[in-house]
Amino acid sequence: MNALKNLVDKVKPHFEKGGKLEKFHSVFDGFETFLFVPNTTSKRGTHIHDAIDSKRTMVMVIIALIPALLFGMYNTGYQHFLAIGQQVSFLDTFIFGALAVLPLIVVAYGVGLGIEFIVAQIKGHEIQEGFLVSGMLIPLIVPIDTPLWMVGVATAFAVVFAKEVFGGTGMNIFNVALVTRAFLFFAYPTYMSGDVVWVRTSDTFGLGAGNVVDAYAGATPLGQVATSATTDVNLVNIIKEPISFIDGFIGLIPGSVGETSTLAILIGAALLLITRIASWKTMFSVFAGGALMALVFNTWGPDTAAAHFPWYNHLVFGGFAFGAVFMATDPVTSARTETGKWIYGALIGAMAIIIRVLNPGYPEGMMLAILLLNIFAPLIDYYVVEANIKSRLKRAKTN
Amino acid sequence: MANLIKSTRGLDIAIGGAADKVLHSYVLSDVVAIVPDHYHAITPKMLVKEGDVVKAGTPIFYNKAVESMKFVSPVSGKVLAVNRGERRKILSITIERDKETVYETFKTASLETLKGEEVKATLLSAGLWPYIKQRPYDVIANPDIAPKAIFISAFDSAPLAPSSEFVLSKQMDDFQKGLDALAKLTPGKVHLAVRNVTKLYEGLKNVEINHYQGPHPIGNVGVQINKINPINKGEVVWTIHAHDVLFIGRLFNKGIVDLKRKIALTGPEVTSPAYYETITGCQIDKLILGKVTSNVTHRYICGNVLTGLKASGKSYLDPYSTQITVIKEGNDVHEMFGWAMPRFNKFSTSGTYFTGIMSKVFGVKNFDFDARIMGGKRSIIMSGEYDKVLPMDILPEFLIKAMIVGNIDKMEALGAYEIAPEDVALCEFVCTSKLPLQQIVRDSLDIMRTELE
Repeated sequence: MNALKNLVDKVKPHFEKGGKLEKFHSVFDGFETFLFVPNTTSKRGTHIHDAIDSKRTMVMVIIALIPALLFGMYNTGYQHFLAIGQQVSFLDTFIFGALAVLPLIVVAYGVGLGIEFIVAQIKGHEIQEGFLVSGMLIPLIVPIDTPLWMVGVATAFAVVFAKEVFGGTGMNIFNVALVTRAFLFFAYPTYMSGDVVWVRTSDTFGLGAGNVVDAYAGATPLGQVATSATTDVNLVNIIKEPISFIDGFIGLIPGSVGETSTLAILIGAALLLITRIASWKTMFSVFAGGALMALVFNTWGPDTAAAHFPWYNHLVFGGFAFGAVFMATDPVTSARTETGKWIYGALIGAMAIIIRVLNPGYPEGMMLAILLLNIFAPLIDYYVVEANIKSRLKRAKTN
Repeated sequence: MANLIKSTRGLDIAIGGAADKVLHSYVLSDVVAIVPDHYHAITPKMLVKEGDVVKAGTPIFYNKAVESMKFVSPVSGKVLAVNRGERRKILSITIERDKETVYETFKTASLETLKGEEVKATLLSAGLWPYIKQRPYDVIANPDIAPKAIFISAFDSAPLAPSSEFVLSKQMDDFQKGLDALAKLTPGKVHLAVRNVTKLYEGLKNVEINHYQGPHPIGNVGVQINKINPINKGEVVWTIHAHDVLFIGRLFNKGIVDLKRKIALTGPEVTSPAYYETITGCQIDKLILGKVTSNVTHRYICGNVLTGLKASGKSYLDPYSTQITVIKEGNDVHEMFGWAMPRFNKFSTSGTYFTGIMSKVFGVKNFDFDARIMGGKRSIIMSGEYDKVLPMDILPEFLIKAMIVGNIDKMEALGAYEIAPEDVALCEFVCTSKLPLQQIVRDSLDIMRTELE
């Protein structure tokens, strides 16, 4: 450790102003603070500080994403071998999935962090850690067969136009990862919808080659609901075996990489709630709002399969749980007042179900619901703040 | 219990080194100093020069804006130097003290017969006025505007704060006299905030006592004002520290300015934390040398760890401090991957550390603190952090944002009149983005004051 510290101290002058590598100052600073906690002490104001900082906050979210990531890797392999009708060991299944998912992670981080480094250097501020989370979210919310160049382009678009132009982490209006997803969805609709992208049927780096079985159909459960001709849909997996609520909860079903397993997501949710990084108010109200809205449709909805899809199924299939736990709770783009969080969450849940049920074009509604409420979050806060202002004015008048 | 006000929002920081209730003998350096910068927002105009002989209570300088507001010598002796800095700014006035203090005497007709104006004039000329502060703006009170009420907190909930009961006991005559004098300055009430039920405050007159329960910052007058009689636009409230009421009491009891106070020497780096009697302007080294641990770089703080002033051994005790805290500086610590480590000995309100388990299950009461900020400055990312530690009917995050962008109308609407830097000290402590909130509030209040007054 001391040797490393000496090395850092030795090369540091090169990166300072006037040094030959000053153009990389932000990058150096990023790595230095990554290695060692900065020893700057307070000059004015409080002399002691809480040990939390944004690095630790972000790293906790990443840890919370790991169960969903690992499960997503396994499920990618599982769906693949199910599709080609081969029985392989647990380890082979996982390795196949890991190899399929890793390039997505590498591309998302590479592109996003690259832009982040450059912008930090131009603006002359420290590298902000926000993208560490976004870069992990992006691979988890895209279908496994999304071409890598598309992921790269979409990430670049999102980081530049959804974050940096607004002023960086903490200033963005939209959730960066969801903008990436929305960009993919609207820029490459032929790739991103339909039944072909959710399961990897080809090989990965030469592994797992084979032909798909005859019974194969790659539709996600929500896709089946959306295209169902009858009001009562019988969900099936990719080889036409029936599935139910519990399969949706466990997550061995087709879908975006990290969104399928409600169980893995809930493990992450538990960590976020214990560490108090995510707001339980937002998280709870998304689920409550979604369940309530689905129940309304179940009771009074139109005669479609989506409206009759049981409310509990709405919560475990598709990206609902993932969005509720990891996207809606993003503190920057969410409502920031405590009262606002209840409203914000409940509206996301309700809106997601409304889009699922009433929108004929696209089976999933979570992404659009959260992005929509990202727009409304400042408005919700505005009214909560206004109420505080009004009560203060009223107090002044009555006295 | 009458008038019990409870709060659950706030935070008691588990830091070691509270002072034992032991009073050590009188300590005072041979040279004391008055530092004009210790008084916020005044412009000093000198009344003495080098070599002048002064008594305790002799005016040293006055405030240019309010000429009647005098600042007096805490000791008798000879003016050693008037130290000036850039543009002849007065940095400090040092006084070599006599062995025996000679006091300036003030005419003190019995307080009962004095009118409010006369009490005010006496306080201004005796140099005790600067101890009275006003909200809005948290500055020395403007003597021309009568306050709607005066608030005194008889307990300090800040980390390691001295016990007011210990300090005030045996001085209740002076305390009562001080309260009597203050009661003449307002048409409204004088509110005294008390935490514990004790006999000490029983029988106090001219004052309304309220009881409070809860974690810090419940002892801050700002919170108490917000709970009892919040400040609206155009209203003024005065505040004074309970220990400073004694100075006023002594003036009207004995006719002298006696600025002796019991301060608590506290903090994890103090070998045996206890109380010492001293006087404002005493050199810090005199109070600290030999009483702190060795082998680490220390940070001396006049005041508590949240709101105190950074000091060095050569600096002087400021007039408002009732404690001195010594902690580790920590600038020689280089924690590798500290942000990812478990760090069992660190204190945090977030669940990302084991603070809760360590303190509740293992009973840890003193976590490892130093003066490091432990993170980089960022934009505000987390929400709701500040609300948890500010038990006032205010939305701190939105007020702070209005202050950062300098929107005076918004500040006004969101309650800037009610707030002082000390009220957001805990917000600054818990802030993930490491923003200097007290500085932001201080600067904004100053801007508001110049724009609106």
